[in-house]
Amino acid sequence: MSILIDKNTKVICQGFTGKQGTFHSEQAIAYGTKLVAGVTPNKGGQTHLDRPIFNTVAEAVQQTAADATMIYVPAPFAADAILEAADAGIKIIVCITEGIPVLDMLKVKASLANYPDCYLIGPNCPGLITPEACKIGIMPGSIHQAGKIGIISRSGTLTYEAVYQTTQMGLGQTTCIGIGGDPIQGMNFIDCLQLFANDSETKGIVLVGEIGGSAEEEAAEYIQSHINQPVLAYIAGITAPPGKRMGHAGAIISGGKGKAEDKFKVLEQCGVATVYSPTEIGSEMARLLSDS
Amino acid sequence: MNLHEYQAKQLFSQYQIPVPPSKVISDIAELEQLPDQAWVVKAQVHSGGRGKAGGVKLAKNLAETIDFSQQLLGTELITPQSGGKGLPIDKLLLEPLSDIAQEFYLSLLIDRSQARLVMIASKAGGMDIETVAEQQPEAIFQQTIDPISGLQAYQTRQLAFALGLADKAINQFTHIGLALYRLFLDTDASLIEINPLVLSKDLQLLALDAKINLDDNALYRHPKLIELRDLRQEDAREALAKQYQLNYITLEGNIACMVNGAGLAMATMDLVKRQGGLPANFLDVGGGTNADRVAEAFKLIVSDSQVKAILVNIFGGIVRCDLIAQGIIQAMQEIKLDLPVVVRLEGTNAKQGQQMLADSGLKITATQDLSTASQQVVALAKGTDRIK
Repeated sequence: MSILIDKNTKVICQGFTGKQGTFHSEQAIAYGTKLVAGVTPNKGGQTHLDRPIFNTVAEAVQQTAADATMIYVPAPFAADAILEAADAGIKIIVCITEGIPVLDMLKVKASLANYPDCYLIGPNCPGLITPEACKIGIMPGSIHQAGKIGIISRSGTLTYEAVYQTTQMGLGQTTCIGIGGDPIQGMNFIDCLQLFANDSETKGIVLVGEIGGSAEEEAAEYIQSHINQPVLAYIAGITAPPGKRMGHAGAIISGGKGKAEDKFKVLEQCGVATVYSPTEIGSEMARLLSDS
Repeated sequence: MNLHEYQAKQLFSQYQIPVPPSKVISDIAELEQLPDQAWVVKAQVHSGGRGKAGGVKLAKNLAETIDFSQQLLGTELITPQSGGKGLPIDKLLLEPLSDIAQEFYLSLLIDRSQARLVMIASKAGGMDIETVAEQQPEAIFQQTIDPISGLQAYQTRQLAFALGLADKAINQFTHIGLALYRLFLDTDASLIEINPLVLSKDLQLLALDAKINLDDNALYRHPKLIELRDLRQEDAREALAKQYQLNYITLEGNIACMVNGAGLAMATMDLVKRQGGLPANFLDVGGGTNADRVAEAFKLIVSDSQVKAILVNIFGGIVRCDLIAQGIIQAMQEIKLDLPVVVRLEGTNAKQGQQMLADSGLKITATQDLSTASQQVVALAKGTDRIK
């Protein structure tokens, strides 16, 4: 089992014929993802990577019964792309695009409340993957392995560290979700934890957080009251100075809030296992599993 | 991107948010035509806490105004929030003294957990809102704004009555609140703060200070606002990095880090600290980096004379490690880098990449293990005397 996506998930790509869309669609197809079509306005009727192109998401859904989309359109048009996908009935919307204005995302979040069955992952994220079944995003497929760990992370390459280590320890992953580095995002830690809690094959969960906001603190309380599997957390940014945006739009300590040490503290108070070195994620998870 | 107080107040004026009459000067000679009266002299720097740092002065007459202006203009101001660095004072804002009956706080900001804009008002004007939140949370009132329907007048009235305003000040507050919201949307702000918003003795509300932060992601749709950017208030290396689309932040240590990905870059800094070293910078060269960017990143790093050793940490996913290794070698030869460099390459083609680095004859220690790499770089930094 896995969460959100599996080998039967039918995926389309918005921004299919662009450089990013083309490259990552090729990678997804090579990984075995059922990429059924692409959407690029005004190129409907043509084909690209042996897949049909449609002008609108609605048409693509009608013709292919797609249930997921990956979005690679530029930031000024990304909010529109997310809403188009939701309106067409897509259930899993993965928005890779970085740099979407916050005010656009506030409206998108409010509008998505009208589509209760729809999950948005991102924006500004590496995407999600169910190893050996379905890859929607920019992560390198080769480091993943089907297995028993669920991974949720706000970062890209730091997620790959966690993935790689759990693969090397022979644990493998059920599903890995990069929820993204923006201040306003689709699924948060709690939304993902909820799904992993109900997945019988997910035996342990890795949570990779970073400075900024209070999502990790909120997750800590949720884990304490709702999650039975062992959870291991790592937070990046102990050395981050206040008031500075550390690459991700959402990674900023403001007004003394959002510090890594405070997040570690709340997680530990809620009984969540933590590591202070990102190199210990794999080994510590293995130890937690052998203890439980 | 941050705006200066005088720029924010110009925007306030355009939205009919009342501000004191004022004059902006960048030269003492401009003071000559001013009337001989009491003035408040305010240094224009991108930081809060200017008052405590001596950047705001009350002058009793014109002679004192000139005195204070001479003391401030052309110097640097270190504030509790400027991280130990002095910010250049290139401009002063001069305002007549206001007669103040009461001080309030008013702001609009993004509440991340609710994914909503929130308007916050407080009776404790002139104080840090964080301090008020800790010490007297009952003095803070807030209204959450629905992004579809927008801020409603009743919400501003609720805040006005909660603050204890009465009569015509209620209408004036409503007007200010709604104008602030329009300004926020029109400029794609991420924070607008009036602290203090004062009530004068003749019961007029006035924005005595003004702070506006803009959403960098939305600047593409505001060419006029981009012109307001003051690069002199920003760290020179950080500004340069932006031109090369590198995410760079100067820190105080002597071990430079170059990493692909923001999260991994922070984790790398943390690891250097854990091993007893101090990171000189945060530097994210991006998930899909190439040789040119690696070269620019190296140049940026060595322009910091504090740096004694460099740690490169690349998790090659879709980017192949052998290509990165090639970029590192090329860049080091091009800029004749003589600092010790530890490179950790992991992921796709990591072994080939390491072999290439080992065979290069350059001062590179290559490893696949991140813990080892961070230990090595800390040891190297301790043993290096940099020739300046």
